[in-house]
Amino acid sequence: MSVTHSYPLKAEVKNLNFYYNLVQALKNVHLPIAEKMITALIGPSGCGKTTYLRCFNRMHDLYPGNRYEGEIILYPDRLNIISPKIDPIEVRMRISMVFQKPNPFPKTVFENVAYGLRVRGENRKNFLEEKVEKALIQSALWGEVKDRIYDLAFNLSGGQQQRLCIARALATDPEILLFDEPTSALDPTATSKIEELIMQLKKEVTILIVTHNMQQAARVSDFTAFMYLGEIIEFDKTDKVFTHPSVRLTEEYITGRFG
Amino acid sequence: MRKRTYLKLKERGIEFSLLLSALSSIFITLSIVFILLYEALGFFKDVSIWEFLTGKQWTPLFAQPKFGILPLVTGTLLVTGIAVAVALPVGLIVAIYLSEYAPFRIKEVAKPILELLAAVPTVVYGYFALLFLTPILQKFIPNLSGFNALSPGIIMGIMIIPYVSSVSEDSMKAVPMHIREGSYAMGATKFQTAFKVIIPSAFSGIAAAFIIGISRAIGETMVVAIAAGMMPNLTLNPLEPIQTLTAYIVGVSLGDVPHGTVEYKTIFAAGITLFFMTLSLNILGFWFRRKIREVY
Ligand SMILES: Nc1ncnc2c1ncn2[C@@H]1O[C@H](COP(=O)(O)OP(=O)(O)OP(=O)(O)O)[C@@H](O)[C@H]1O
Ligand SMILES: [Mg+2]
Repeated sequence: MSVTHSYPLKAEVKNLNFYYNLVQALKNVHLPIAEKMITALIGPSGCGKTTYLRCFNRMHDLYPGNRYEGEIILYPDRLNIISPKIDPIEVRMRISMVFQKPNPFPKTVFENVAYGLRVRGENRKNFLEEKVEKALIQSALWGEVKDRIYDLAFNLSGGQQQRLCIARALATDPEILLFDEPTSALDPTATSKIEELIMQLKKEVTILIVTHNMQQAARVSDFTAFMYLGEIIEFDKTDKVFTHPSVRLTEEYITGRFG
Repeated sequence: MRKRTYLKLKERGIEFSLLLSALSSIFITLSIVFILLYEALGFFKDVSIWEFLTGKQWTPLFAQPKFGILPLVTGTLLVTGIAVAVALPVGLIVAIYLSEYAPFRIKEVAKPILELLAAVPTVVYGYFALLFLTPILQKFIPNLSGFNALSPGIIMGIMIIPYVSSVSEDSMKAVPMHIREGSYAMGATKFQTAFKVIIPSAFSGIAAAFIIGISRAIGETMVVAIAAGMMPNLTLNPLEPIQTLTAYIVGVSLGDVPHGTVEYKTIFAAGITLFFMTLSLNILGFWFRRKIREVY
């Protein structure tokens, strides 16, 4: 797997196993994550995409009985982010996540975006205002909400709420942004807006995206990993995976013959 | 054909008896309110509303009776205030702990114990306040009288904690997991998540819990009747003996005031006052509960 050899890496997953109590959900996963590129994860339902993504921000630590094995090395400082010695909060400060369902907090638009900064102890008003505006511009939401920054976030539409969550994730300048099926709850217009946005964002941040939508993976990503039953079956440049997959299973999946 | 009519009739009969039992509970409630209002009106034929609402003394059993309700109202508010000052913060903290921090094992033990706290008869709490807490408090506060508002107030607060904590906890647990995860994913600690996200998300439920707690405190009778002193006293000093509306009502009901006299009717005058106090709180609580449903 040297498809990424000419790209600088942001992270490298080595020999990752993951267990929900006794059930092994990830098996011996290896995967390089190229810096400022978009890596897509595809695969049939239940194959472990979400499980894999949530290793990157140690979300599994919230529930008892979950166990990681192996390494996820974060560059440039070569930090193994799944090591039990590393505080999950330290990891989450560097790696943000956008969830499948928009999950704004019961706060104003402003406070939602400022949340990550406030959690880090930042309370200077000017600084927050600057950051919030920048994040909302980045997430292509500023034009629509600039007059209702102090309205409750619940009053936004679903697509706007999801872009708000992207703004929230961006406001803290993360090194990696994780997306777990970010458009599966949205209509086509909102979906294409978010896809465009994701492609814009790769200029600044490394992106990992899980999607069920083949076209979406083909459209937005640079690299694609096909996962099946907790294992990476194929990993390559996206156009290669979608035009000349080297594994039969991958071909069957992307052409819709199973899954 | 015959069977069909029979079944239909049976169905009708069931429907009718269900309706009847539903109506009967409404009827009973309405008649209680009606009797309360009726007897209270009788009272106001003898005593002016003005005197009732502004008079500073409540001595209906004296030779020269005074009918100012204020001492009973301040007594009620004072004890309620103390109880609430104990129950709301502690109840909220217990709820946060149980919903966000406690491991499953501790939850399993703590919840039945809390429920037990609510199952202890209130008389026991009353004597506990009088015979146990008051003497202890007197060691620290020498001018605390044997009967006072402070001690039953604190005990009542402890008594109400389970009501506040269980309703608050339910509303915190109802906050969807993905909202919680959203907070943790931003790098928040447990504490930050609880206070910045969970509490605001569960706000209407917590407010409802507070209102339930306050209504319980206003309506509580036994503890104050035993430990607060049965002395109508227009004061906000928690160290003095006082009397609450409820304690007055039991006190007079247990005595032998003759039916139909003004003294007898004071029960209903105090009752209607209590009724309006709790009614307004319940309306507030109803309004909050309706808001809960709007959020999620
Ligand atoms: N909390 C959990 N406890 C036990 N097993 C789990 C848990 N969450 C997921 N699993 C199991 O782990 C496997 C991978 O699940 P995961 O959610 O990662 O799949 P996915 O690829 O994201 O699926 P989908 O496309 O449907 O979202 C599945 O077999 C699932 O049943
Ligand atoms: Mg998933």
